[in-house]
Amino acid sequence: MAMAPANKTATLHIRRGAPGAAIRYDDFQVPYEEGMSVLDALRWIREHLDSSLAIRYSCVNANACKTCMALVNGEVEYTCTAKLSPDRTIVEPLPKRPLIRDLVTDVIGDDEKL
Amino acid sequence: MTHLTTDVLVIGAGGAGMYAAIAAARDGAAVLLLDKSQVGRGGATIMAQMTVAVALGEQEADSVQLHFQDTLSAGRGLCDEALAHLLCDNGPARIREMESWGTRWAREDGHIKQEMAPGHSVKRCCYVDFLNTGPAVAATLRRKVGECAAIRRVSNLAAVEILCADGRAIGALALSLADGQWVSIGAKAVILAAGGLTKLYARNSASANMGGEAYAMALWAGAELVDMEFVQFFPIGHLAPRLVGMDPIMWDPFRYKLGGKLLNGQFEEFIDRYGSSDFGKYNATRDVAAYAILKEVEAGRGTPHGGAYLDFRHIPEAELRGAFGPVIDRLAENGIDLAKTAVEVSPIAHYHMGGIRVNSNMETRVTGLFAAGEAVGGANGANRLSGNAITEAFVFGERAGASAALRIKQQAAPWNDTVATAALERLQGCCFNNSPGALTPISVQAELQKLMWESAGPFRTGEKLSVAAQRIAAMERQLPGLRIGNAGGFNLDMQDWFELRAMLITAAAIVKSALARNESRGAHQREDFPAPDDGLLKNQVVELKNDQLLSRWIAPARLQA
Ligand SMILES: Cc1cc2nc3c(=O)[nH]c(=O)nc-3n(C[C@H](O)[C@H](O)[C@H](O)COP(=O)(O)OP(=O)(O)OC[C@H]3O[C@@H](n4cnc5c(N)ncnc54)[C@H](O)[C@@H]3O)c2cc1C
Ligand code: FES
Repeated sequence: MAMAPANKTATLHIRRGAPGAAIRYDDFQVPYEEGMSVLDALRWIREHLDSSLAIRYSCVNANACKTCMALVNGEVEYTCTAKLSPDRTIVEPLPKRPLIRDLVTDVIGDDEKL
Repeated sequence: MTHLTTDVLVIGAGGAGMYAAIAAARDGAAVLLLDKSQVGRGGATIMAQMTVAVALGEQEADSVQLHFQDTLSAGRGLCDEALAHLLCDNGPARIREMESWGTRWAREDGHIKQEMAPGHSVKRCCYVDFLNTGPAVAATLRRKVGECAAIRRVSNLAAVEILCADGRAIGALALSLADGQWVSIGAKAVILAAGGLTKLYARNSASANMGGEAYAMALWAGAELVDMEFVQFFPIGHLAPRLVGMDPIMWDPFRYKLGGKLLNGQFEEFIDRYGSSDFGKYNATRDVAAYAILKEVEAGRGTPHGGAYLDFRHIPEAELRGAFGPVIDRLAENGIDLAKTAVEVSPIAHYHMGGIRVNSNMETRVTGLFAAGEAVGGANGANRLSGNAITEAFVFGERAGASAALRIKQQAAPWNDTVATAALERLQGCCFNNSPGALTPISVQAELQKLMWESAGPFRTGEKLSVAAQRIAAMERQLPGLRIGNAGGFNLDMQDWFELRAMLITAAAIVKSALARNESRGAHQREDFPAPDDGLLKNQVVELKNDQLLSRWIAPARLQA
């Protein structure tokens, strides 16, 4: 959904990388708008700043698919319902799942794998 | 390259794909069901919050014939009557079957509760409380699919092209998202159930996986598309403030019920500037509302996000609470208080009437290639009744699964390794540019969405459509120069690139069809041809020949009396 011109920016502090590589955190600045979700910000980053950021989501607005979970400021949340903080938000992959890359972990059941 | 073998390959695991898999397995086939997202979660089915239209006759007297007539009226003379009839005729059996598998349709006084919805002549629409229709049916089908030993499910596997040999479908090539590996799949029959295309538009109600890949795969395989100009735009979709957890098309019934005012960015009423009146009741028809909103925006009188305000502030709070019920609480979770603020609304792309051309066994003109669900064109003609889409997904899914299972008993398609290797070499040869300054596929997707919204959206002109056709062709030429980083696992750039390639040809099919239809009918509105033209009471068929899209007119398929 289009965002109105914003003059405030919010910062996301995002854990990056694949298993085996050194842990790294990247900071991204995104235009902030009241009510926007963490997922809105992650999608904005992919479109405008770094398309290589790995994230998992599907339904964007409906909060129905339940595929978009990550750690937001240390809590397990759906990134589509977690509100972005106007200041700084830390986003990390789910801690108890095997990491694939960046914010994506392996949440697919064994009976749905190749 | 990993190679999988099955009897029936089902591409896309929404309502249609899961139903198809269950039916094919029931009829003795081994099934491979794959989804680029996750089985049962990736598309529109799980997002649907409203109702399912079906002539059960539980609430009041109803018949298949009446549902059929209502469907034809909404379709403005362009429905494929055989498909429309199948939808209405088999709907009741599917809804009852879903109940037997565990879907708890809302009931009252011992019968399934059915509500009225626009365009239906009786109370016909059933649902699952509360606003839970899509999640509930998706859960039922996911469980049922899981119980079928003959169905193998694979999530995060995106089909990219159908493989054909001697005019028959023999399988597909797919990309595994977790590790970026190619997978070839040999199948005796293939069902395309990969959903709709509303993600082509900047303003949409789509999930991330609705870029119209089914249509592109069908064209590349040699199948035809029909009615591609008929994209359904919902007139007052939600625009702002940010609202999560509610269907973006939720406002319409409340506007009718309560009389929500539509105001422009200057908080003026404007509907009466467009040859209609709200008559003080604030219930201008949907098409007038959509047109008036977009014209106000064009004239620079839009709201901050480029729509109109929908204002309920003149309605007493108790009445709001009474009408909205628990929806008020969901709005409050999003920080929206209707007694204090007006929300912003705009037309949004919501559903696609057009799609893959099939016969009433859901088979395309390519032997062994079937389609099901929203990906199929024709049943709803120029416009769709609300609630018909979920019914369509179940009915067409069941029919496609049964037909595919039958097809594999009649003829076996031999696997052809040469075809698969050649296709793989061609796809791997799609050269990418990894220089840091190059454009990314996702940024070009955004550009395409904006273009389609502005030039092939709810109101079109020949001039804008011609420019759009040229821009799309230019974007196709850009494809080889786009950047796909070497990111390793879960490389979304790569997935975006193949999706963009499909989005472009699907967009081109819409634009070409819209340009040729010099009239306004149903969901296709041309500002330069504002009236319907009876000479165009025809369907348009699109095919790909020598890399060129060709279109031709056919007479609408009528049911033999
Ligand atoms: C927000 C919303 C609300 C709606 N509300 C209603 C309603 O109340 N009533 C009604 O009747 N209709 C409603 N509709 C329409 C209806 O939900 C859809 O038309 C219907 O669910 C389509 O079912 P499907 O199985 O054909 O497609 P989908 O459910 O969209 O499933 C398609 C699947 O294919 C997958 N896929 C896509 N591309 C590929 C690929 N290349 N490889 C592998 N997999 C792929 C997707 O991930 C997805 O899981 C609504 C639609 C939306 C968007
Ligand atoms: S994106 Fe679907 S639940 Fe969050």
